[in-house]
Amino acid sequence: MYRYDNYDQTLVDERVAQFRGQVARRVAGDLTEDEFKPLRLMNGLYLQLHAYMLRVAIPYGTLSSKQLRKLAHIARRYDKGYGHFTTRQNIQFNWINLEETPDILAELATVEMHAIQTSGNCIRNVTADHFAGVAADEIEDPRIYSEIIRQWSTFHPEFSFLPRKFKIAVTGSPHDRAAVKVHDIGLRMHRNEAGEAGFEVLVGGGQGRTPVIAKTIRPFLPKRHLLSYLEAILRIYNQLGRRDNLYKSRIKILVDSVGVDRFTQLVEEEWQQIRDGYLELPAAEIERIRGYFAPPPYRAFDDKPADFEAQLRRDFRFGRWVRTNVTPHKRPGYAIVTLSLKPVGGIPGDATDAQMDAVADLADRYSFGEIRVTHEQNLVLTDVAKSDLYALWQRLVELELATPNIGLAGDIIACPGLDYCALANARSIPVAQRISRQLGDLTRLLDIGELKIKISGCINACGHHHVGHIGILGVDKKGEEFYQVTLGGSADENASLGDIVGPAFSADNVVGAVETIIDTYLTVRQGGERFLDTYRRIGLAPFKEKLYAAH
Amino acid sequence: MPLIRTTGPVEDPWTTLKDEDPLPADGAIIVTLARWQANRDALLARPGPLGIFLKSDQPPSLIAADIERFDVIALNFPKFTNGRAYSSARLLRERYGYRGELRAVGNVLRDQLQFMLRCGFDSFEVSATADVATWLKAFRDFSLAYQPATDARTPVTALRQRPASARRIDHDEEDAPPARRSDDDAAVEASVVCAGYWAY
Amino acid sequence: MATGPQVITANRLRDGRVVFLAEGERWVEAVGQSQVANDEAATTALSAIADRAVAAREVVAPYLIEVTRDGDRLTPRRYREVLRAIGPSTHPEFGRPNTVTATGQE
Repeated sequence: MYRYDNYDQTLVDERVAQFRGQVARRVAGDLTEDEFKPLRLMNGLYLQLHAYMLRVAIPYGTLSSKQLRKLAHIARRYDKGYGHFTTRQNIQFNWINLEETPDILAELATVEMHAIQTSGNCIRNVTADHFAGVAADEIEDPRIYSEIIRQWSTFHPEFSFLPRKFKIAVTGSPHDRAAVKVHDIGLRMHRNEAGEAGFEVLVGGGQGRTPVIAKTIRPFLPKRHLLSYLEAILRIYNQLGRRDNLYKSRIKILVDSVGVDRFTQLVEEEWQQIRDGYLELPAAEIERIRGYFAPPPYRAFDDKPADFEAQLRRDFRFGRWVRTNVTPHKRPGYAIVTLSLKPVGGIPGDATDAQMDAVADLADRYSFGEIRVTHEQNLVLTDVAKSDLYALWQRLVELELATPNIGLAGDIIACPGLDYCALANARSIPVAQRISRQLGDLTRLLDIGELKIKISGCINACGHHHVGHIGILGVDKKGEEFYQVTLGGSADENASLGDIVGPAFSADNVVGAVETIIDTYLTVRQGGERFLDTYRRIGLAPFKEKLYAAH
Repeated sequence: MPLIRTTGPVEDPWTTLKDEDPLPADGAIIVTLARWQANRDALLARPGPLGIFLKSDQPPSLIAADIERFDVIALNFPKFTNGRAYSSARLLRERYGYRGELRAVGNVLRDQLQFMLRCGFDSFEVSATADVATWLKAFRDFSLAYQPATDARTPVTALRQRPASARRIDHDEEDAPPARRSDDDAAVEASVVCAGYWAY
Repeated sequence: MATGPQVITANRLRDGRVVFLAEGERWVEAVGQSQVANDEAATTALSAIADRAVAAREVVAPYLIEVTRDGDRLTPRRYREVLRAIGPSTHPEFGRPNTVTATGQE
């Protein structure tokens, strides 16, 4: 993974000093809250329902074991012993103290971490495929370009006061695990007819109040033009994005209002002026960054080690876990292991300091010291020898990180919701917990098959409900928590936004509604259809009918 | 409102005219775009330098053809969160070749000064209550920049090309020397606008 | 215009914790100790105190909330304010000893 040199380190150290000064000025009264708020947001510090919340950046979801141990320490020392992994591959701490935040950032800087631009109207954490580097269908490791973009976008003097937040995602594979189509800019690596690798550039995707699937503005962008093209897009957005209305200030609104053709023309005209200039990315620099993401020292393994096969036969629980939580690796004898942060009835995405420390140890022991964070709020060990899987699994069971539910209905994605978030209208976590307990039977979960349930506590959609196979949006109806259900969303290369199924359900009824939806699917599915396939075949009507039949 | 440059507070010889103010016979005046467009000939006929004030929604392309006429261009930040003028500044400098004084006015806050400087501003109208001595330090909040911008600062990407200037950080090394800034930056800052990103 | 008893709540600047304005211009963590305003004159007076506390950098973002009174128990009307008063429903162990009844909790 990327390692800081003295330049990277100087920048984070100077940032810590700057923020320390800003906090001191705030406490002394030299800065009002209105003046201070954008500054603290640009260091990931929110004022939430109960305390300050700090969102620490995990660039493209990649962590070293040392960094994960530091996060455990932060949770222990400065918080209440846990952290929450988010839908943008970051981590959040919920009980933070303003005056301690500069110290927290200083500690993070000692392990090459920070909270820079994890909030605010600037370019946020660039997210990428959590299987980067190990997925069989990968063309190039998207983290190479995510790191290049990270540096270009950090403290960019022109783009630090944008109309609104700006989110970029990169996929290096045709199967998009990074949800590029619902980002402000999505970059999808692919090859042109000449076999050259480059990017499809998509703009204007997003969730929230007005969910939109991104539009392709350039089908193929050679790698060397990556930064100049991004600069052109951001410049157009910075100049023309609306600043008068908070709800109409994302780039998706701009693309929609001028039309994708006109928007593309504006970008291309600007780009013609700046391409081939100082932002052109030399091949040597790409190779230099690629060197940081070189494969680890794999050993030559048999792809079907005898022990592993025997354990599969002997221990059906192990076999069940392999089936759901282990993904094929491009290297023989290795496997990708997803650690479920979704225990039955648990809080999706939360991990205790003890769990984080333990996972760091397991990463060192079994996966070359590296951990990934997914935007579905799980962790991944990407390079586990198959012959180590059984021992790893046993340890994960002890740690409650082995629930065999990845990609299944128990693998629920939920934002913090009204329990934590000042923006929320309803709680999301208790709904996730109740659904998870209701569907707790692991055999049943397997039978239901792939089903992504995503829950947001408000219209800002941090739970990504628009792209849930079943999406749940918490709303406030006359002071009561109600839940609107959508069906058929998807965040992958065949992205779609969910359809609202009908009137919202009360907190008491929403779990039953989910059950009815699942039962409807089970009744009519054909062949090996997943829920999403069935939905796309039969549409909303059969579900709507069953759900509202009583009325 | 006090005017500062990176060197410190400066006298402001310019008078900013409201549209309804009569044109003084001479002296340095800054007028709005509307006034410039309505009274171009009269303004050009005056002795005395001319400046123009652009609102955040007035793109620099509107004055590109006349860039030589202005000795100062004032770009407005109506609210500090409105960052349009950062782009306008860069375009004025890099696209239209403007070499005069580029002034940041409006809601200008201390923590933005370095961003503004990097985008090509060279004078800053700051709040009357600003403690100028401490505000000046903000121009040097960061000794490095990752990306090239309008200022002549060599970006980190180019610094890395120089032999032996970039080192991996090893935090386990108790005696590792502290990170240092490249000595060449001061010389570079005096030179060409927009140093190369990768190869200086 | 809200009728009925109201109190002022805010977050403490330094640690972000939820506080309520009590008698004597003190800020406390227990909603049950809040100073109750029963009419517009009282809410105006409390708001002025809160504004002074903002200027003194003691709290941020103060606002009025409606409460219901049951004997000496004060319960915020909106569930959001209940959560602010007692802590997240997901982690009762982080809750706070106070005199509020939790409405609408599971």
